[in-house]
Parts: sequence; structure tokens; C-alpha cells
Amino acid sequence: MPATFSRRGLLAFGLLGGALVVGVRIPLRSARAAGPAPLMPNGFIRIDPQGAITFIMPDTEFGQGIYTSAGMLIAEELEVGLDQVAFEAAPPDTGQYHTAMRAYVSPLLGEQATGGSTSIRGDWKRLRQAGAQVRTMLIAAAARQWHVDPATCHADRAEVIGPDGRRASYGSLVEAAAAQPVPDDVPLKPASQFKLIGHRQPRVDTPAKVDGSLQFGIDVRLPDMKIGTVLACPVIGGRLRSVDEEAAKRVPGVRDVVRLDDAVAVIGDHFWAAKQGLAALDPQWDEGPHAGLQIADIVHAQAEASDREPEVIAKEEGDARAAIKGAAKTVSAAYQMPFLSHAPMEPVNATLHVRSDGADLWVGTQVPVRARNTVAQVTGLPPEKVQVHNYLMGGAFGRRLDVDYITQAAAIAKQVPYPVKIVWTREEDIQRDLLRPYYYDRLSGGLDGQGRITGWTHHGTGSSVMARWQPKGMQKDGKLDPDTVEGATETPYGIPAMRVGFTRVEPPGITTAWWRGVGATHNVFMVESFMDELAAAAGKDPVAFRRDMIGDNARARAVLDLAAEKSGWGQKLPAGVGRGVSLQLSFGSFLAHVLEVEVTSRGEVHLRRAVVAVDCGTAVQPDGVVAQIEGGLIFGLSAALYNEITVQDGRIQQSNFNNYRVLRIDEAPRIEVHMIRNDEGPGGIGETGTVAAAPALVNAIYAATGKRLRRLPIGNQLVGA
Amino acid sequence: MLTLSINGTSHQVDVPDDMPLLWVLRDVIGLTGTKFGCGIAQCGACTVHLDGQAVRSCVLPASLAQGRDVKTIEAMAQDPVGQKVQRAWLDLEVVQCGYCQSGQIMSATALLTTTPKPNDADIDAAMAGNICRCGTYVRIREAIKRAGEA
Ligand code: FES
Ligand code: FES
Repeated sequence: MPATFSRRGLLAFGLLGGALVVGVRIPLRSARAAGPAPLMPNGFIRIDPQGAITFIMPDTEFGQGIYTSAGMLIAEELEVGLDQVAFEAAPPDTGQYHTAMRAYVSPLLGEQATGGSTSIRGDWKRLRQAGAQVRTMLIAAAARQWHVDPATCHADRAEVIGPDGRRASYGSLVEAAAAQPVPDDVPLKPASQFKLIGHRQPRVDTPAKVDGSLQFGIDVRLPDMKIGTVLACPVIGGRLRSVDEEAAKRVPGVRDVVRLDDAVAVIGDHFWAAKQGLAALDPQWDEGPHAGLQIADIVHAQAEASDREPEVIAKEEGDARAAIKGAAKTVSAAYQMPFLSHAPMEPVNATLHVRSDGADLWVGTQVPVRARNTVAQVTGLPPEKVQVHNYLMGGAFGRRLDVDYITQAAAIAKQVPYPVKIVWTREEDIQRDLLRPYYYDRLSGGLDGQGRITGWTHHGTGSSVMARWQPKGMQKDGKLDPDTVEGATETPYGIPAMRVGFTRVEPPGITTAWWRGVGATHNVFMVESFMDELAAAAGKDPVAFRRDMIGDNARARAVLDLAAEKSGWGQKLPAGVGRGVSLQLSFGSFLAHVLEVEVTSRGEVHLRRAVVAVDCGTAVQPDGVVAQIEGGLIFGLSAALYNEITVQDGRIQQSNFNNYRVLRIDEAPRIEVHMIRNDEGPGGIGETGTVAAAPALVNAIYAATGKRLRRLPIGNQLVGA
Repeated sequence: MLTLSINGTSHQVDVPDDMPLLWVLRDVIGLTGTKFGCGIAQCGACTVHLDGQAVRSCVLPASLAQGRDVKTIEAMAQDPVGQKVQRAWLDLEVVQCGYCQSGQIMSATALLTTTPKPNDADIDAAMAGNICRCGTYVRIREAIKRAGEA
């Protein structure tokens, strides 16, 4: 039970610091032969007669603090403190558990998955309802025992308290509560009565993360386990021809060499043996059809497509093209965003033990059902014979919404009799990553005599992730991937005539994937870069220009005004220093960002200060909102400044943090986050900071230098320019 | 056979001389708090103390750690400075995914042991080798200062 722990520092791991017991899994139904069963009327809460309270988390934790904030939703209504609770990852649930309702399916994503900044929005009602349901049953049970009206009782910190002050612990009421009817639609607390929601709570997952005791998937150790590492063909889509197996086996500690179609794995007593064995293999490859693939050809294909009529129109309002033609001034621009890797701090890994009668998978995944199913498919076992032990993840950023590395590990594990942990090197992690798509977009706009926008066209091009990952999410007869136009069709502005289209261009051989805010990072960069260009063409201040175009969107205006005020927008700045602004409505949250940069005479960009104003409605865990925005900004600024994946002769050219550079502490700006608090429903937050990073950065560079950069990353575009 | 002193305990390990200390810790001895992030001294996830100095265990041959005092994250709760750092990390909620944080805490503890009141430049110099993909840098800086005041 690796992912069970509590804030009390009382770590409930299977065997702390030692081997886990094979085959043990989180019991959803009580496996105990004797004694009363735990109370578990819904899929999210389990209370056992000894009083242990466990929350079963439908969302997976990879740094966003979701165990804490989703836990707060349950705890608020259940009337317990987070310090009284242990947490477990929900198992893959396709209806076979007692819930039989697929309780862990995300209401927003339509499957058991964590992504798209949807967790809190999806949990907001269902988890509070789950807590209220169990509390109602416990109070009813106590009231019955005491022969009093339930309405005269209340609950607090895992106890029911009667009218005369009598108390009964939740544990003592388990058996009686289980006999109570399970109520539906219990009224929920009004915001004015929240004790936890909106108040900073200590994170539940962090004590075990500061003393090294928390086990990530990569830390799994099992009796008789061996460790392997993999090398796939360096050319995308190539096949393995031959290896010098004997050379690898001469390396001390190497146990087995396992060949796959497109890769080879070496398994040893430890990672070092496996890695040394791999280095000795001298694999020969059939390079396959993509050996001549170049990044320039991919970009060229998209540039050409962007000049044609869009394949699908996502939004047509008014006659944008006529409005632009008749405008006093017109502006057109093309922007490019590169392929990106995820490079989560914990390289991808999976541990499997495949037997004839079943398999166990120890892994960190955002999609436990997909993880289970791919193991079933590869091994030929029925899915219910595959146990998934899901771990907290050392970052995910969408990487762990795919299961390619689990599929591969299963193909290796089924060829060996022992449990095997497959760990990718960082080189493999970057070179065999599934990539955030390349985007090449063209925008045109018209301005009237007063410098207001009259018409707007936006034609994006690139790969569709949705078409591969969840084809049923496609719209317009399968032609439109809504993610490709997210943030392009709905902007914070009131633009009278708009035409937004997309053309799907799939790069040969490359598999594209989700990333931190795929659609929104893409389109907010396009829209907010172009807004700045229009402001310049209109001769207006970028904040004033946006403010003019906001129309009656009060929440958008409020964050823009707050960010401008807190950043000191309009102040005179030293030479070489500039401020850029961006405004967004993403994932149901409003956010404005003012970034101040200095561009040195050598063309280096220094990030000085970031000021963010955010309105995400109800902030369940306010400090978590701030942390996500800080981290999201850094993630987005890393990418915007440095990151791109390029292809030469079918080979990915980046391989590790030396050539896929990420921002370091000495390069990070000061960050201030200002929140507008209200009782609106909660918006998503995990990806918003990342979305806000790149547009404010290019706009700040323009303010500092007068140079408009339309291609990411910034790289050395300013050096010697 | 190498003899290594790790967190005050002596371990005999039968590994190749050039095997990096990281893999001895994680895969042989079972101290998994020290993390693998890059393997080429770029990320700092594998940071441990060698005679009190922060070093990258992914590139340190285990044989070179013989006769020296190796400390890992698992020993920081017993280290007076390490304790303060862990406390500050929790108080300021530095941690997100947590995967880099063993290394961050080892680097920060080494810094604060030699420089109890570090300024921004000291922090930059000591911590720039530790990548955090979750972007917790703002809070790491604050927490180091907080731990220095404690
Ligand atoms: S793993 Fe050693 S520095 Fe990255
Ligand atoms: S907390 Fe996730 S990498 Fe630092």
C-alpha cells in the first residue's frame, strides 16, 4: 500500500524503507474474515471500526497538491481534520468494485484520469457530497443510539456530539451507521460555514517528501526484483536488427538481454549493471522510413498549410475577412511554437511482475485504467488479474497520461520470471518522449480609426493529440480537436467579427501528447502576442488597448487592473528593461500577468519580476493556488526561453538537461501572486501559470528592445541581433 | 568489496569500483531517498554529503567514498541544520512533487552549515545545480533564509 500515508507522520507504507509485500493491494472491500466491516458507502471514504479514516483519492498526485485540496472537500463535510485522515490512490475502477458506478471517472474528462486542470472542478460537488453522505449516516446512527433527534446532534473532528454534549467517535459508530440508509443529495454547507475550504491547510503529502521516506514508483523494491533499462532505436520508427548479447552478459551484474521490435533492454542486479550492459551491446538497427526526417520539413509543411484555407472552421462570427479588408489598418503575423518534451524530474519507469495467473504493476500513472488495460493486452491476462499499485509521481505534466512506457515494460517483464523494474535513462526519457505538438499559426486583424479591433482571423496548424488519445472527444464529424482551438475561440475580449480555424498536420513518425496546458499554452501565446502587435499598430498602451477590448467582462477587467496596479504598470523603466502583459481566461480561471525583463547588450534575457493577478472563483486551498501559479510560470518560462525538441535525420537532437535546459534558481524571477477572492465555483489552476508565461515574456522583450519575437523558444534569437 | 560509511553505519558492498555511489545507495543498500534525475551531474537530484560537502552521487565512483563520511537525506532529521531546513521546507510549503527535494535539502543543508546567514548570491551559487521541474525556486530561497534565522 505504497501511497497510503497521513499527515501525522505516521507512515502507513507496507514496509517502510524495506521491501513491499508482493500481491498486497489496497482493499476496497473489507478482506477481514471476522469483526465488523469498515463503513464505505461511497467510493471515497472508508472508516474502520478502530477509527481509522481513509480517503480514496480519485485524482492522482504529481505535485499539484490535489490530495490536500480534494481531501479538504471531503473533510469539510465529513467534519474531520486532514490530520485525522490517511490517503490512498483509487484503484482502476471500471465497475468491478462495489461502487459499480465507475466512481473514479472524472466528470469532466469522461474517464479515470487526472489532467486538464479539471480535478477540483470535477470534485467540487461529488466529494463534498460524499463527505456529507457519510456524516449524515454517522449522525443518524448516534442519534438512534441516544434516542434523540438527529437534528439536535452535530459532528466535529471525527466525533458525533449529542444535544447534552455526549460524544461518540466515528469508529464506534461504524457498525450502526452501516445499517442506516445511504442518503442522496444531502444539502451542502454554504460558503460562510466553511472551516477548511478557503483556509490554508498543511499539505498532507509533504512530510514524507522532506525526509526521503516517500516512495515514488522509481523507488519500488521487491524480493528478487531485478532492474532493467532500455534503448530504443535512435531513429524514430526504426527496428532492432541485432545485438552483441554476449558482450552485455560479460558485464558483472547483468542477468538478461530482452529484445523488442524497436528496442532492447538489459536487466541486471542494479541499474548500473543494466546501463553498462546496454553500453556494451552494440545494437544494429534498421533505420526505417523516417531516417531522412528533418525539423525544417515538418515546419515547412505547417507553414504551407497555414497559408491555405483552414481544414475546419471552429468559430465564425460576423464577416471577419470583410471587416479586415475594410479596416483603417491591418496587421498580419505568423507565430511558431516548438515540439516540447515533458522531462518530469522522475524519469518514467514501471515495475512489473508477470505470472501465469496474474500480474502486478507498480507505477506512477495519471490513467490507472489505461495502465491496467495495456498490461492485460500485452500479457494476454484478463484485466481483473492485473493489480495496479499507483504511486505518487515525481512530476507528470501530461507525460503520465500516456502508457507507452508501461506497455513496453510489460513486453519486457513477460519474458522474465522475476519482478523487474524498468527505468528509462534521462536520455531515453527525452528522446523517446511523446511530444507537445509543433504549432504554426497565422493571425490577421483589422483596426478602425479609433484603434479598436474590427475583425480577427486565426488559422492554427499542427498535430491533434485528441485524435490519437481520445478520438471520441473530436468534434465536427471528427475534424475538430477542441484542444487545438482552446483559448482561440473564447478570448477575454469582445471582438465583433471572428474567424478561427485549424488545419491538422501530422508530423511523420512523431507521436504527440498532452503537456502542461496544451491548447491554452498554444493559443494564449498566439492571441496575446497578436494583441500586443495590434496595440502597437494602434499606437496604444498594451494594458489600455486590452482594457478597451474587454467589453463587459468584469472578472477579466478586474484581474487586468489588479496586475497593472500591483506591477506599477506605466512607471518609467531603465534602458533595456521592459514589461509585458498577458491576459487569459483558461480552465475557468481569469489571470493577468505582468512580467518585467531586462535584455542585456549581449542579448541575454534576465527575468526580474512576475506579478500575477488571478480570479479562480473559490480557492479551495489558497496557498496551493499560489504555489501552482509560481511553479507553472517557471515551467512555462523555462520552455519559452530555452526548450525545443528538434529532429535531424530522424533523430531527436536533445537528450538531457545539458541540452534541454531548464530554468535554475539563479534565473528565476521574483513572483508575486495576488488573488481576487469570491464565491464563484472553483476554476482550474494547475496549468494557468504555464499558459501565462510565454506571451508576457515576448511582450516584455518587445517593450525592452522593440524586437517582436514570433518564434519560441527565445534561445539566442536576441544574441547579436 | 568496498567498505562505505553511510549515515554512520558501515556497509560492505560487492560492487564494481566505478559504480556511482547513487546506485549503491538506491539499488544495493536500499536508501531510495536519494534520487536519479539525469546521471550526468546536471540536476542535483542525487545530492549527498561527502564529509559534509554536497556532491552529485550519480557521477561519484563508490570507491572514492571509501574512508569518507557519507550522509543522505535519510540522516537529515538527525542533523541539527538539516532539521531546521526540513522544518522551514514544511512551514513555507516549498514542496510540490517532491522528487527534487531530497537533493535541494542536501544542498541547502550543506550551504547553511558553512554559511549560516546566506545572501541571495550565496543561495544562487549553492543551489543553481539543483533543478526543480515543478518550479519551487521562489520558496526554496525563502525557506533557506528562514532556516538561517531559526
Ligand atoms: S542525477 Fe546526479 S545530478 Fe542529476
Ligand atoms: S518539487 Fe517537483 S521537481 Fe522539485
